[in-house]
Amino acid sequence: MTLVSQATPSVRDRSSPALLRKIVVDPWLFGIFVLVTLSVLIFAALPIFVVMKQAVVTDHGFDLGVLIETLSQSFVWTSLGNTLLLGLVSAIVATAAGFLLAFSATRTTMPGKTFVHGVALLPIISPPFVMALAVVILFGRSGLITRELLGIRNANVYGFHSLVLIQSLAFTPIAYLNIRGMLQSIDTALEDASASLGASRWTTFSRVTLPLVTPAILSSTLLVFVKSVEDFGNPMLIGGNYNTLAVEAYSQMVGYFNLQAGALLASLMLVPSMTAFLIHRYWVSKRSYVTVTGKPSAQTIRISGGVVVPLALGCYAIVFAILLFYLTVVYVSFTKLPGVNNTLTLDHYATVFTAGFQTLTNSLLLAGIATPITAVAGMLIAYLLIRKAFPGSFLLRWATLLSFAAPGTILGIGYVSTFNAAPLLLTGTAFIVVAAMVVKNLQVGIEAGSNQLRQIDKSIEEASTILGASNTRTFFQVTLPLLKPALFTSLSYALTRSLTTLSAVIFLVSANWTLITVTILSQVETLKLGVAAAYCSILVFVVLAILAVMQLVLNSTSKR
Amino acid sequence: MSKVIFSNITKRFPGVAGATAVDKLNLTIEEGTLVTLLGPSGCGKTTTLRMLAGFETPSDGTITIGGRDVTNVPVNARNVGMVFQSYALFPHMTVRENVEYGVRLLNLPKAEMKDRVNTILETMALAHYADRSPSRLSGGQQQRVALARAVVTQPKVLLFDEPLSNLDAQLRERMRDELRAIQLRLGITSLYVTHDQSEAMAISDRVVVMRNGAIEQDDSPLNVYSRPGTGFVAEFMGKANILEGKVEAVDDTTVRVRIASTVAFTLARNDRAFKIGQDVRCVVRPEHIRVDVAGTMEAKVRRVVFQGAYVEYLTDLEGQECVFLDTDYYKSGVAEVGQTVKLAIDSRPVWILPENEANALGKAA
Ligand SMILES: Nc1ncnc2c1ncn2[C@@H]1O[C@H](COP(=O)(O)OP(=O)(O)OP(=O)(O)O)[C@@H](O)[C@H]1O
Ligand SMILES: [Mg+2]
Repeated sequence: MTLVSQATPSVRDRSSPALLRKIVVDPWLFGIFVLVTLSVLIFAALPIFVVMKQAVVTDHGFDLGVLIETLSQSFVWTSLGNTLLLGLVSAIVATAAGFLLAFSATRTTMPGKTFVHGVALLPIISPPFVMALAVVILFGRSGLITRELLGIRNANVYGFHSLVLIQSLAFTPIAYLNIRGMLQSIDTALEDASASLGASRWTTFSRVTLPLVTPAILSSTLLVFVKSVEDFGNPMLIGGNYNTLAVEAYSQMVGYFNLQAGALLASLMLVPSMTAFLIHRYWVSKRSYVTVTGKPSAQTIRISGGVVVPLALGCYAIVFAILLFYLTVVYVSFTKLPGVNNTLTLDHYATVFTAGFQTLTNSLLLAGIATPITAVAGMLIAYLLIRKAFPGSFLLRWATLLSFAAPGTILGIGYVSTFNAAPLLLTGTAFIVVAAMVVKNLQVGIEAGSNQLRQIDKSIEEASTILGASNTRTFFQVTLPLLKPALFTSLSYALTRSLTTLSAVIFLVSANWTLITVTILSQVETLKLGVAAAYCSILVFVVLAILAVMQLVLNSTSKR
Repeated sequence: MSKVIFSNITKRFPGVAGATAVDKLNLTIEEGTLVTLLGPSGCGKTTTLRMLAGFETPSDGTITIGGRDVTNVPVNARNVGMVFQSYALFPHMTVRENVEYGVRLLNLPKAEMKDRVNTILETMALAHYADRSPSRLSGGQQQRVALARAVVTQPKVLLFDEPLSNLDAQLRERMRDELRAIQLRLGITSLYVTHDQSEAMAISDRVVVMRNGAIEQDDSPLNVYSRPGTGFVAEFMGKANILEGKVEAVDDTTVRVRIASTVAFTLARNDRAFKIGQDVRCVVRPEHIRVDVAGTMEAKVRRVVFQGAYVEYLTDLEGQECVFLDTDYYKSGVAEVGQTVKLAIDSRPVWILPENEANALGKAA
């Protein structure tokens, strides 16, 4: 990678006049680069280091005793073990489900693919804990299924089993999209070739298809694992006694005001997350046989007949579960007191649009500010990294990677600790919330932008400069318009994530600036399930509506 | 004034140990002329061109345009135009917007800007397509947009990097002539990169043949073909037999070279110095050898390739390979492998490579 050659001192020595010239030629762009890099370092890297420092340094300086004392407490190791176990099981289950969906959708004649596809994506655009809410409603003490249908009085919905179910369903779409993308970019001629050589369908699957998608399977497993480690809402709501690191860190911070323990737990979260992330980046992605061109190759459907039935049944079961959960939430949002008084009502919506209206508008406003910043900054950083190798690029690259791989909890705690004093007194402001949203979602835009940039003929930008445009102008007038698809990917992702994020912002909200996800969480905790459900329904609806509008805009502007 | 001078230009790319893309290159492009860089892949043509454009910075040496040292001037301040191999048209702009892009940056009065754009669109027969997206134009039309966009800003120097390589053979010839016509009309100093020797000869005032980052020969199109400075140039410019011989006799105006027991040429000496007994290498183009029953030269056929318009023979001439073309094969029939054929060589175009002379042509440039 370029990083390696930059690190070699001899090369740097020889090329330093050239690097210097790069700066002189383009002072504006270099200025932007410095500004962006500094911002990313301050808002992405610094908070994480502050947390790690807090974990080992007390008021009296570095204190090994405190560290050892904290580490000797059992809750640290229990929650670490819990986090790893949950992550592992959820990752395996979600990846298996995602593979089933992806394979059936791309390779078989399963009926109702569009429907399956649409429903399977629902969890991506909603807050992760919609599932938890639904599970409480359906299987809780006064659950619609456990109590109403089965008459079970004291069903225990809280704990590991529910968490696995919820996380698996919530993260299946990640695996599904990932594996589906890979299956689509495998040239089906390879499978045809195998068949023409006399291989049975099973042999073709196990010797050709499966090995080719293995990288996607591994990468999905790792991604879901990271997501599960990071997940705060579900374990908080439904974990019961099964505490994960994210929950334990939160309760140490907010419940016991034990900053040091909170910081330590949050830092511990970095270990599995970063490990998985680095394995993914430097090992799995290098093992891919498929060069993803962004253009799905022509697909021929080969699998029909009897085998499709069990596959399709599996898919329908997943889709049914997802739908059931979402419809439950919608149903409950219109119900007086689910399980007790099932009369239909609009009361909950009335509450949301009166007392709770501010939190909704807050969320929309802050996400609305964060989204365009995230997307444009993502494209700009991609451009700076791919097209302009300014000295110091590696700082920018690593800081953004770090912010992406780091769980929201550590970022949230880091923000609270870093920005609570002048000159960076930001706690309680809207700015800090927006900053967290931007930093957490930047990397997806950078990734999409980089991939697209690599496909844009460099001479198009050169043509602009040779006609007299500065690099800054070239970026905004030529590069950015050409990056439109990546920009939209980034916009949609940033918007959905900003509206549905919880783990980082829960530490940052204040009386003035509270967010819808945080409100939902507290509504569920106080068992105002109807209001929580109404919020969730509105949130899902709003996200869907905005995404639809964005898609329309994209389609209409790319007609020309 | 826009004469271009490369002095001692060297380019090393960082990271590639020991690789020098361009090595101490000296080149002058006279005002208003079109110079072509020609050479095999990887010889440094594009790198040279991109250094003039400003996309690459030389590791050493200076470049001047019209007397001004531009070595460290950024691309967008050099006032050079460029036609890219891929055309590099802005896909999100119409033809007019593409052409307007550079003019806008000149801060001209609006009327003059419009005027310039319209004039060039007319000149290039593009007025009709002005509001189309470039992706909806044919290859030739896209090429014209690229050229219009490059010249509308009235650059001092115009650069072309294999501009025709994306076109099919017929269109390539037509566009080549169009490019040359416009370049001549605008009188714009131009540097043109290609690896197609016939394109180079057809379009240029001078052809610069490059090899391994250095200039092998810098000369008129006629001379690089008929008076190559080295065997490399001779072979790169077209099929050539390079036959070894010995000087047999020298007088005031001619030199006699013996190639084989049956072949010897008497050539004009052109004031070059030769010694009797000296080893020389002669360039004989295949088209100057013909089958002739009355010929004195005898060669043994090794391979016969039928090409339709002609038959290509590879023959053995007393140990030296000799290729020639027979366009009259239908009269005398096609010879067979192993057969001995009688040949005649037209000695006027035979050229003795100057490689052992003190002032070899290639180095003199
Ligand atoms: N950015 C770069 N980094 C490292 N080496 C380079 C770079 N650009 C060119 N080179 C090297 O410099 C040498 C000359 O390349 P250049 O592109 O000038 O060749 P060319 O004559 O234009 O060839 P072609 O006919 O294939 O276009 C090659 O060996 C090439 O590998
Ligand atoms: Mg080239």
